Amino acid sequence: MRALASAGRRVGGRLLAAIPAVLGVLVLTFLVMRVLPGDPAVYFAGGPSAGQAQIDQLRAEMGLDKPVPVQLMYYFRDIAGGDLGRSLTTGQPVLTDIRQRLPASLELTFSALLIALVAALPLGILAALRPGSAVDHLVRFLCTMGVCMPTFVTGLLLIYVFYYLLGWSPDPTGRIDIFAGTPPDITGFLLIDFALTGDWAGWRAAASQLLLPAVTMALFVLAPLARMTRASMLAVLGGEFIRTARAMGLPGWRIILVYALRNAVLPVLTIAGIVFSTMLGANVLVEKVFSWPGVASYALDALQASDYAPVQGFVLLMATIFVVVNLVIDLLYGLADPRAGAE
Amino acid sequence: MSAAPLAASPGRPSILRHAAWVLRGNPVTAAALAGTALLVLVALLAPWLAPYDPVATNVANAMRPPSAAHWFGTDQLGRDILSRLIHGTRLDLAIAASAVSLSFVVGAVIGAFCGYHGGRLDHAVGRFVDVLMAFPLFVLAMAMVAALGNQVQNIVFATAVINLPFYIRFARTEVAVRRQAGWVEAARASGNGGSRIVLGFLLPNILPNVAVQISLNLGWAILNAAGLSFLGLGVTAPTPEWGIMVAEGARFITAGNWWLVAFPGLALMLAVLCFNLLGDGLRDILDPRMRT
Repeated sequence: MRALASAGRRVGGRLLAAIPAVLGVLVLTFLVMRVLPGDPAVYFAGGPSAGQAQIDQLRAEMGLDKPVPVQLMYYFRDIAGGDLGRSLTTGQPVLTDIRQRLPASLELTFSALLIALVAALPLGILAALRPGSAVDHLVRFLCTMGVCMPTFVTGLLLIYVFYYLLGWSPDPTGRIDIFAGTPPDITGFLLIDFALTGDWAGWRAAASQLLLPAVTMALFVLAPLARMTRASMLAVLGGEFIRTARAMGLPGWRIILVYALRNAVLPVLTIAGIVFSTMLGANVLVEKVFSWPGVASYALDALQASDYAPVQGFVLLMATIFVVVNLVIDLLYGLADPRAGAE
Repeated sequence: MSAAPLAASPGRPSILRHAAWVLRGNPVTAAALAGTALLVLVALLAPWLAPYDPVATNVANAMRPPSAAHWFGTDQLGRDILSRLIHGTRLDLAIAASAVSLSFVVGAVIGAFCGYHGGRLDHAVGRFVDVLMAFPLFVLAMAMVAALGNQVQNIVFATAVINLPFYIRFARTEVAVRRQAGWVEAARASGNGGSRIVLGFLLPNILPNVAVQISLNLGWAILNAAGLSFLGLGVTAPTPEWGIMVAEGARFITAGNWWLVAFPGLALMLAVLCFNLLGDGLRDILDPRMRT
């Protein structure tokens, strides 16, 4: 009970501390967006040929005739009421657009993180168990190469090998083959939706579409995860409690997977949080390469059409996700090591 | 006669010999240094090295795979990919180098003053850096280029801004740990003002450590700039630049024309690899404890 209360206090404190950062980010993007070339009122009125009176009227309706600080206050008022504005390009409220597209991005990012973790943890552990061995050198090589490959190039080369040469992957555009059946609309996460309806052919189709972009992104973040796992396992394996456990005759796998890994996992969690935020940025490039209908490509399209509202909505979303992820990492921290939660 | 004065001068040969000795012990760093030197040479000599005009189109000779005449093949307009790559080196290196030096100069000075003086200013700057870092930085760069206009200098500017927080933070901590050092105390006691201590004593002192950061950042800056131009932000179409070359080739990858993407991708990878390895090597030489 006391642990729960302390966790609650910590979450509350964290959220409070995050407010200035999120507000700062919002103000920053608001100002940047106001510098964007192009006048949304002219765009809405149907081009420069529209009557000046009509443009002025629209500008007044949209609040664009007010000074920038006043516009900023309006903006905050709208956000507080859950109104993120309307996209000029899709004609829908930004909130609706984002709600439709967010699952695609999250599904991609989470699968990529999962793939990266599944690959990085064993690699890092193996490298730490035998420093200087062939495995260690292989891991170091992979890590060095992984951070040098631009995601967009990795993605394109994977497409070339697995779609063009081997023919194993489906056409690398979008989340689902247009000729396949329409996916059920429950959570928006295709893998979950297909599993819920028991449509395993559809699940396979969605998974094979997801695989290449997810692997592309996983390769990009594999390096920091594996490197950190190795370093922190190395430090822990040198500890006296490991020597004691060995002397007591505990089986090797138990020492490594239970005693050592649990103590080594904290720095890896911290890195995973940072990695997640990098992935949100890298999403833009991967979604562009694979024509993935996610929020990042939505924001990119809006940016190129100088459409304020979606970009601001996207930024708000990113900042929120970032805060939530850090919160989750913090709580996992407490779970993995109760000593960290005590302070 | 010709070599004698150089050998006789006491300072330089010994520094060179020391550098050679260090590099012999670190073959990877030596290779990275050689690679970096090669890149810089290619960038400097681009017009003389490139076999063809990088923007000259020849539709009759479009989409040819690598051959003896065109080592890296030709693109959809018949332009020679090798020549475009060589000219692209110039632009990509220039963007990365100017962005990193901009953020280094501004960031190190701000960070050093914050670390030395502390107080309210330090707190405010720290908050600002937190805001900047609490953010997918690539998205911020995108928004900045879009807002400022599609020009090369805006890529430089955006890349510099997203690098800035790292330099501020780095310089701040490095200066903060030295603030109470004996020699700083001595400088203060002999009547040097705050700015003079920061700019004249502390900044030169942290420079070697920042150099590592610069080298690591160059690779990151190249990836960022190429990523931006891949999205169609910053550099516009006929300009030879690695990111935009990949973007143009991307449309033909499903048709199996790999050379349009593979070679600029390889160039990007090699450049980043060289800078990263050089940074790692420098760090190992400066501080062997950090070796991983």
